[in-house]
Amino acid sequence: MIKGILGKKLGMTQIYAADGRRVPVTVVEAGPCVVLQKKTVESDGYNAVQLGFAPKAAHRVNKPEMGHFKKAGKGAFAHLKEFRVKDIDGINVGDEVTCADMFQIGDIVDITGTSKGKGYQGVMKRWNFAGGRSSHGSKFHRAPGAIGCSAWPSRVFKGKKMAGQMGNERVTTQNLAIVDVRPEQNLLLIKGAVPGSRNSVVTIRPGVKLPTE
Amino acid sequence: MNIVDRIGMEQVRKNIPAFKAGDTLRVHVKITEGDKERIQVFQGVCIKRVNRGIGSTFTVRKISNSIGVERIFSLHSPAVEKIEVLTIGRVRRAKLYYLRNLHGKAARIREKRIA
Repeated sequence: MIKGILGKKLGMTQIYAADGRRVPVTVVEAGPCVVLQKKTVESDGYNAVQLGFAPKAAHRVNKPEMGHFKKAGKGAFAHLKEFRVKDIDGINVGDEVTCADMFQIGDIVDITGTSKGKGYQGVMKRWNFAGGRSSHGSKFHRAPGAIGCSAWPSRVFKGKKMAGQMGNERVTTQNLAIVDVRPEQNLLLIKGAVPGSRNSVVTIRPGVKLPTE
Repeated sequence: MNIVDRIGMEQVRKNIPAFKAGDTLRVHVKITEGDKERIQVFQGVCIKRVNRGIGSTFTVRKISNSIGVERIFSLHSPAVEKIEVLTIGRVRRAKLYYLRNLHGKAARIREKRIA
């Protein structure tokens, strides 16, 4: 059974629990995805499936890609992703998988996406440095301060928190609960925030920090 | 309408009376203590409404034991059992924050005559 699907983040809203609590939710259009390739222990050394999500116009697909898509015979897809599976038997190329097949209300999932890009940022925004005071003669405002010692080690340590590109990187948010599953619209309502902007593609997998049986 | 807005609209309540800032309201709120459920009534002047679709709220202010108490309710929350409009106030602002600086007779709101 495939555990994992691609989806499109649609935006956030809130829903009310029965006792009147407000629950913030992210709406994700998850699937339907099509199995494009099977990888087995015999052929590749591990079991996995490649899923395709979101149709792509045929004239935008190059010939080698089209040959790959033709094996499934379900048209071309814009986003492909591989998911490990334990048991590959019973899964065939061309199968359609939906979010309702694998997730129920209350399940815990991890969601991976590309975070919103924030450009080149200083240390105060990027690493939450305190900065200096803005007035009373201070000339030290948003600067990072000292970045290391002198004669030893005569260099700046790797990984030193400094200014640079912030956001627009792969981010995984763990332990998000599924609040609602709507199979007829392929929607998942997920409690809390999910990385990325609206209409960005996210990967939904079962939570890795779940207690093991 | 996009899907996100539609999910919000599903939960919008239809039985909300028309009221504005300045109106005196009785708000019946469900309160759950353990497994018991009871209704609490909060009566006061509505000093503001925030219209944000499913996230809409309104604030009710009352004077309780000579201390001003304000409570923010979610307009569409299932915990709000019923909203009664007692009087319609005549005010010239949408947000009545000035009431916080007034007390006693000055904090009264004139009633609107309905023809």
